[in-house]
Amino acid sequence: MERITRGLLLLSALVAGLAVLAILGFLVWFSLPLLCGEGLTQVLSWRWRPFQGEFGILPMLVGSLCLSTTSMAVALPMGLGLCCFAHGVGPRKPAALVMGVVRFMTSVPTVVYGFVAVFLLVPLVRAAFVSGSGFSWLAASLTLSLLVLPTVVLMLHAQFELIEPRVRLTTAALGLTRAQAVRYVVLPAAQRGLLAASALGFGRAVGDTLVPLMLAGNAPQVPGSLLDATRTLTAHIALVVATDSQSTAYLSLFACGLILFVTSVAVNLTLRSLNRSDGGRA
Amino acid sequence: MLRKLETFIIITFFILAMSTLASAQGLDAFKGKSGNIEIGGGTAHIPVMKEAAKRIMTTNPAIRITVAGGGSGVGVQKAGEGLVDIGNTGRAVTEAEKSKYGLVSFPFAIDGVAVVVHKANPLHGLTQTQVKDIFAGKITNWKQLGGPNAAIDVYTRDEASGTREVFWEKMLSKGAIIDSANVVASNGAMKTAVAGDKNAIGYVSIGHIDDTLKAPLLDGVEPSQETAVSGAYKVTRLLYMNTKGEPQGLVKSFIEYVRGPEGAEITKASGYIPTK
Repeated sequence: MERITRGLLLLSALVAGLAVLAILGFLVWFSLPLLCGEGLTQVLSWRWRPFQGEFGILPMLVGSLCLSTTSMAVALPMGLGLCCFAHGVGPRKPAALVMGVVRFMTSVPTVVYGFVAVFLLVPLVRAAFVSGSGFSWLAASLTLSLLVLPTVVLMLHAQFELIEPRVRLTTAALGLTRAQAVRYVVLPAAQRGLLAASALGFGRAVGDTLVPLMLAGNAPQVPGSLLDATRTLTAHIALVVATDSQSTAYLSLFACGLILFVTSVAVNLTLRSLNRSDGGRA
Repeated sequence: MLRKLETFIIITFFILAMSTLASAQGLDAFKGKSGNIEIGGGTAHIPVMKEAAKRIMTTNPAIRITVAGGGSGVGVQKAGEGLVDIGNTGRAVTEAEKSKYGLVSFPFAIDGVAVVVHKANPLHGLTQTQVKDIFAGKITNWKQLGGPNAAIDVYTRDEASGTREVFWEKMLSKGAIIDSANVVASNGAMKTAVAGDKNAIGYVSIGHIDDTLKAPLLDGVEPSQETAVSGAYKVTRLLYMNTKGEPQGLVKSFIEYVRGPEGAEITKASGYIPTK
């Protein structure tokens, strides 16, 4: 029985691994005509004007990085604050409520965030800053930070739950309150958890399609300010995928896919290495 | 007054009776037939195709019709390679495509594309040159057009959009569209964006214009189904169904149905103008 289970597990692991490799192979194969020779310089340029024969995806790459970075810049401190609040800084009942709300947020579909933000946030941004249409880096970034917030909080929460029982007796013996324990002991010890949470949150922010598609304005340009429209790699794929499947525009999507794939692999490998060294310490 | 109302009711009933008669005739062609039709390509066609398919399949359960999108390019390619029975395009098939694949085209609808602005926008009309300058980024403030002092927010569609293609070719004469223009993914999204933005300018299929938007006159011509049919409004295109070689059997019946009276009624209801 055990052998069968082990065999089945091995088999499914193998299938999953092969599937990932196949995706990588597929992406490389399809972007190959672009990746060698002239195509590469064409794709790695700053102008997306398919009707004029310019297929640069660099603005989208920058857009993706800008958007996810600012989203994390908001979500990370907020998540950290919420987590500390829930773990002793705040009173017990509101703390439980906060965690409940965060858990609930994980179940809200992305499209709901996008849709609500189109009608509430975008007009607000437009009215608050006179320039621009409201469909902007800022609007997308704020919504996206809301989207990745649960990821950050829950990762940190899991880390705190690991550390707290180990230090509880000691901190109590030292006469520290729960808030003090969180501030001086748990938080410093959760540094790796914080890194893992930001890596995972960042990966989620880079990968999300609908929020930037609906809110960022999708202008294929490098944003000059938070109020400018910008386009991410994911939104770019969603917008262009319906074109003629023979064109260079279509083929360039595989290069976008490849970049996204490499990004997510990099994020996962970072997480991996963090977890490993953390396991050694704990 | 009462008399008038009476006449009106009678006439309405008469028209209704006529139209049910006509529709019964339209669907009669499918009686007792069975088989599959696969349709793909242009996305503007989908509402018409879906409604026609639904009506045919509900009266004739032995017939299966699948409708997919993909864009005009995909429509040509899939029909040409025999992957679908009907490949839809929002543009005429080029000579090269015709000779390569032996495609036969069947136009069934006229679609116009019109500039739209927020309904509170005081502007009544624009000239084509002004529209070109706005989309090229030469005119950037409504003040330059006699409107309020506010920056113009330009909205456009993605490159896969047939609506964009006809707008770009016929309205802008293949002129530039500024990089900083907001890009939205559908006619519906364009409507939402422009209806919510006081300073917006965008463009939609004429069928999508309603009282949430304002469509200014273009060189003095109102963009509407009537002016598109009469030829007074120029920014129009045809929607085509294409088959590899002359259509046979069920596919032939389907094309005749869409181009027939009931198909015309569906086309109209979808916001397009049936071809005569």
